Amino acid sequence: MERHVLVVFPHPDDEAFGVSGTLAMHAEKGTPITYACLTLGEMGRNMGTPPFANRETLPLIRKQELKAACEAIGIDDLRLLGFRDKTIEFEDEELIADRISAIIAETNPSLIITFYPGYSVHPDHDACGAAVIHAVQRIPKEERPIVHCVAFAKNCEQDLGKPDIVRDVSAVIDKKIAAIQAHRSQTEGLMSAASKRGGDALEWLKTERFWTYKWEN
Amino acid sequence: MQPIRIEEVQTVLNQFKGQDVYLHLETTNGAYAAHHNEGFFSAGAYIRNGRIRFSHGKIVGKGPYRIGLKLELGWIYAEGLTDWEMTDKGQLLLAGHDYEGKLAVALQLSHEPF
Repeated sequence: MERHVLVVFPHPDDEAFGVSGTLAMHAEKGTPITYACLTLGEMGRNMGTPPFANRETLPLIRKQELKAACEAIGIDDLRLLGFRDKTIEFEDEELIADRISAIIAETNPSLIITFYPGYSVHPDHDACGAAVIHAVQRIPKEERPIVHCVAFAKNCEQDLGKPDIVRDVSAVIDKKIAAIQAHRSQTEGLMSAASKRGGDALEWLKTERFWTYKWEN
Repeated sequence: MQPIRIEEVQTVLNQFKGQDVYLHLETTNGAYAAHHNEGFFSAGAYIRNGRIRFSHGKIVGKGPYRIGLKLELGWIYAEGLTDWEMTDKGQLLLAGHDYEGKLAVALQLSHEPF
């Protein structure tokens, strides 16, 4: 059992598809989870299906959705870091790393979950993962928590090899689907399209994949 | 938001001219466009709380609509606008939603910073 899990992602809903099953399993074991979410997804293009948000109301709606998703998963410590969606790669990486270092020092996690820098498609994902790696690198190598990275770039397996952790989360799939549905403005269209397709359209949600970050220095 | 009614938007645009106002302008095709379609050339631009003053603003088109704002030394314009809303803070929000309902462009004006 982990001592404490720290999750760092840039957008509300980043946690839902890739890792919410894993998190729900940790929560069921009683492991405390801290989720540091860098932005409120202010620049999302999905406004609801049919649209019920606009550019100015979207962050407020997504904040509520994120809280509901955390409740569904069993995360009781949500930190909103207040950066702006789509600006993470332009921020001073030291500034973001400082914020993450402070949370690491406070929560003393045995496991950190984030995006694999360079293999996570969205510039915010890559910059978030890079800042987390940078923050953890400040800790002496032998004392660092384990870092599990999510990656989904087309070349991730080619460059990184197969994920070393492939977890079946079907035991908590209801919690995972509840977390995804909590992000209603972003996922309602997608989920209704998937249920119309029927069959095993949601089968891929039952497996979560991670690459353990390997330290070069 | 509601579908744009050109006369109403024009009336509101006129109320913002000749004074310092704050502009939000963005175009976006989404951060995943090139991931889902490798041949896609991803491009976009974004400005939030640009302080501007325009002497003349006009909405044209048959839907989707275009808006141009004439500055002392230049221009601002957006195309593909489909929906609009006035907020209770007196902000004019205009957006263009694509055929799937996703936001593709936004042009917003406010008397106070967003």
